[in-house]
Amino acid sequence: MANAPPFNLLDESLGDTASGGDGGRMILVEDCVETSGAFVVHHLLKRALHSHSSDVVVFLSFAHPFSHYDRVLRKMGCNLSVQRDNKRLLFFDMLTLDRLDKNRGKTGEDILIALYGEVQKAVEVFRSHEGRQHVTVVIDDVSLMEVDAKGSSNLVLDFLRYCYSLTAQFGCSLIALNHEDVYSTADQPNLLLQLEYLADLVIKVEPLATGLATDVHGQLTVSNKNIQVGSGKSRNRIHNFQFRIKDSSVEYFYPGSKT
Amino acid sequence: MKCLAVMVSLIVVLVVIGSVMAMTANKPRTASFSRNTAAASSPVSSIPGLKHGPNGTMFISSGISDLDKILGGGFALGSLVMVMEDPEAPHHMLLLRNFMSQGLVHHQPLIYASPANDPRGFLGTLPNPMVSKDEKSRVHETEQEKGLRIAWQYKKYFGEQSSDSQRDGKSEYCNDFDLRKPLERYFFTGQQIDCVSLKESADLGAFHERCSSFLSQDKRSNGNITGGRIAIQSLCSPQCEYSNREWEMLSFVRSLKSVVRLSNAVAVVTFPPSLVSTTFSIRLQHLADTLVSVKAIPDEDKELAKLLTGYQDMVGLLSVHKVARINTQVPAILEATTFSMKLQKRRSLILECLNQAPVDGSSGSSYASSGSCSGTSKTAPLDF
Repeated sequence: MANAPPFNLLDESLGDTASGGDGGRMILVEDCVETSGAFVVHHLLKRALHSHSSDVVVFLSFAHPFSHYDRVLRKMGCNLSVQRDNKRLLFFDMLTLDRLDKNRGKTGEDILIALYGEVQKAVEVFRSHEGRQHVTVVIDDVSLMEVDAKGSSNLVLDFLRYCYSLTAQFGCSLIALNHEDVYSTADQPNLLLQLEYLADLVIKVEPLATGLATDVHGQLTVSNKNIQVGSGKSRNRIHNFQFRIKDSSVEYFYPGSKT
Repeated sequence: MKCLAVMVSLIVVLVVIGSVMAMTANKPRTASFSRNTAAASSPVSSIPGLKHGPNGTMFISSGISDLDKILGGGFALGSLVMVMEDPEAPHHMLLLRNFMSQGLVHHQPLIYASPANDPRGFLGTLPNPMVSKDEKSRVHETEQEKGLRIAWQYKKYFGEQSSDSQRDGKSEYCNDFDLRKPLERYFFTGQQIDCVSLKESADLGAFHERCSSFLSQDKRSNGNITGGRIAIQSLCSPQCEYSNREWEMLSFVRSLKSVVRLSNAVAVVTFPPSLVSTTFSIRLQHLADTLVSVKAIPDEDKELAKLLTGYQDMVGLLSVHKVARINTQVPAILEATTFSMKLQKRRSLILECLNQAPVDGSSGSSYASSGSCSGTSKTAPLDF
């Protein structure tokens, strides 16, 4: 079956099935109210923390506390607490950060600048290790970052650009989740367009046009910008398939091929 | 003689049970799969008004047993529930009233905020729990509902029976409320009730402080979980000074969500989506863990009356858009997303699946009969 755990359709569409191969890329995940794209982030997180690699993840969580991710990933066979103790996961809980006294009175700008400083420091430290560890920065999610910045999308964009510059400088990859429908009616869908421009790979999570169903939870559209034609393999630029989310894994299948 | 034999056999049975119990009690638990009874009998399970849910979550009741059932048990502790109001009808108040009353019945601390001048006056409109008269079990009722689903057009023939059956089995967890009777005085005594008017406050910072101190009090109170309730009515209503500062409200909701998430409380926030910009409304919807919307239905809509059975009894429609998924990534797919709100005997609020009425002149049509109660609102020809 195509959806055997190690190599499923999503991994295939991401380009390289070897773990840790996606260096220097930015992946943007877009979702909407009806269908959450959190599972894609969980999948990418698990992929990055694959046991055979020595990759490091810097996780900026604006949406959920650590316990939530810990429980979700544990069901998928990845123990985040252990990974955190092994210094392979650096978790920034931005959900509780604004309540701490040290951030009292600080503006969103100060917080984001301080956050970037810490991310940069962490990336540099990890890169200076002898193993030259590959670093993945995950942001969940960008729209909440905007709320923290009191609506200043330029500030958020600056932050993301700085993070993006890390991908070029240190070859680390960037994964960001954002909500597409927030920008669908805005006068200036500036932030989303900028993000899409920066991203090498855009994963769109949408509900089925026919409504909710118990065995198909939605559809994914993966559009890949950088396809090396010279590599000998001819790949599609755009992959489109459907998924069904389970606790331990997610089933991916082409439309109509679900048995 | 026969009686004696029965007694003897009873005694024998009791002795056997006693010895088995003694054996199990004495046996050291060595099997790795043995259930941890200490954990199962934790103080939590004994607290009325709380229920264990999947993935280590706990539920408190919404005060409407049908809504609890739809959401898979109730509102998860630590979740933010958003209710999208109807611009013309106060149906969200029904949800809020039942939610608050249920909290008071369970002696859970409560904080209520509204843009009204005197929010404490709202407490006088809370419904009283209904005294259950007959002991008809819930199982019986669900059986009847199944019967209705198959032959729904005969509903009127045994509608009397089904309306008589009161929900009684779950009276511990979720009461039925009589919307016509105000909540008895003794429920208010010795309760921690905080009422806040949002009309005067220039910004939400002070209110947020109040919420966090309320939640930290709740956490400190003698160690065990009680399940606090925060009810905020019409957050973005134009009476409030801050109503044009959208980002401020968003960051309030976001920080409220973060403090609620780390506590044992549930926040129910209603907001009018028609009065705010679409972008803002969608951002709020993303912030919600559980998202529900209420809609009024017009009194004399002939077309709708033709399409749906029991149209006369309906007061509105309730749609569930999102169900909280805490500690899991699996979305809850409901059998239906739109339900009709009905006032049973003008007293208690019930939610029912929408039933499509038969199409005239096509009595045997399979489409008409299969359309009832199945799938989402999208299957109905009208888009609600």
